[in-house]
Amino acid sequence: MNYTLDFTPVIEGLPNLLWACLGTFTLAICGMLLAIAIGIGGVILRQSPFKPLRWLVIGFVELIRNTPFLVQIFFIYFALPLAGIRLDPTPTAIIALGINGGAYAIEIIRGGVQSISKGQREAGLALGLHEAQVFRLIILKPALRAIYPSLTSQFILLTLTTSIASAISAYELTSVSQRIESDSFRSFEVYFTVTAFYFVISWVMMRVFALFSSRYFSYPVR
Amino acid sequence: MNQTINSAMTTEPMISLSGVEKWYGAFKALDNINMSVAKGEKIVLCGPSGSGKSTLIRCINHLEAYQKGDIHVGGIMLGHGSKTIDAVRREVGMVFQQFNLFPHLTVLQNCMLAPMKALGLDKAQTEDRARQLLERVKISEQADKYPAQLSGGQQQRVAIARALCMRPKAMLFDEPTSALDPEMVKEVLDTMISLAEEGMTMICVTHEMGFARQVADRVIFMASGAIVEEAPPAEFFSNPQHERTRKFLGEILGRH
Repeated sequence: MNYTLDFTPVIEGLPNLLWACLGTFTLAICGMLLAIAIGIGGVILRQSPFKPLRWLVIGFVELIRNTPFLVQIFFIYFALPLAGIRLDPTPTAIIALGINGGAYAIEIIRGGVQSISKGQREAGLALGLHEAQVFRLIILKPALRAIYPSLTSQFILLTLTTSIASAISAYELTSVSQRIESDSFRSFEVYFTVTAFYFVISWVMMRVFALFSSRYFSYPVR
Repeated sequence: MNQTINSAMTTEPMISLSGVEKWYGAFKALDNINMSVAKGEKIVLCGPSGSGKSTLIRCINHLEAYQKGDIHVGGIMLGHGSKTIDAVRREVGMVFQQFNLFPHLTVLQNCMLAPMKALGLDKAQTEDRARQLLERVKISEQADKYPAQLSGGQQQRVAIARALCMRPKAMLFDEPTSALDPEMVKEVLDTMISLAEEGMTMICVTHEMGFARQVADRVIFMASGAIVEEAPPAEFFSNPQHERTRKFLGEILGRH
């Protein structure tokens, strides 16, 4: 145990690491927004009276939830170019995160929608609103509130999953730290710092989620 | 069967059902329903639970589909296409047993949502209308509260105001006082009575026989999905014609 801690490479690489944190935030936030869009859109299609659409959503959810994320991101990055779709690492990572998070979000949000009493929909319809208006104006917000804790923990998971985007060298914290580590061989110092950064990133995310909740879901319930 | 319809009947009925039938699978929920409600008429619909009375009024605004027969509301034939269904729903207000206020909207927003989104009225106009109606159900000071902050009776009065904000030609009440604590029943019934006095066309599914006596032009008794008997309240309560009606009245009035 004659190891002497030396944080010099980490300190020298700090500007790079901080920029990389921003990259991680970018992947996380863009991935999340895409996941929400896919989640809500998927729930709408999942309720469609048109059976093939429902099956399509079920198939999508099952496919994504039963395959590894690393394989999904490789598929988009390495396999899609064969079909003429060539994307940079960062957009690839965002799309992969959005698709993966979206599949989970569909199931979570669907649970929320099902928890809303039938009477809410009926009251909306009886007032002359269309199904789409009923969903958007009446069902969606209470449904999101009901499942908000599950949805946010899924999104924290999504935030941490951004590290897998290092496998295609997207610009984010893990890939930048790997470079510093392989130049300096200071594994402990580098990953100690990176662990702390991820912890702070997650914590910031949770604060943002809590702040959003206190603003957006402030109405009282029994 | 219609001999009891009195002079309140004008030429064109506000609501009419002819030969309406509805099944849930093999179970016949509504059996050849024929009824006609004139403008300004107040109908009380009663009967044992499962007799089809809620199903009947829910067919009138097509919350329930029916398989046979015709329903006309305010001159509109309620088809099965969404266009006429929407048109009818804009003309007919409904009040539910469980109030069904929207929990994420204030009392005022609950009232304003449909006039703005379904009728396309502007915000200022809608807010004026909503405040007037909240005043009328005596709850204007609660306009900025959320439903969860109100008592059941207050919530139901808001639900009535919310329906009235659409300026409906008729109102359907589906057991509006059944979910209320006893001390709150009166405030809701008083609101309904004042609405009746102003000439609103109303169909009320209720077991409040005092309300029926005071307000109804006709009481309709249903059992097993069919209309068994209908009569003005004085006649209905003093001289019921059918055995099932007598049995029902014995049970429901015996309680009080």
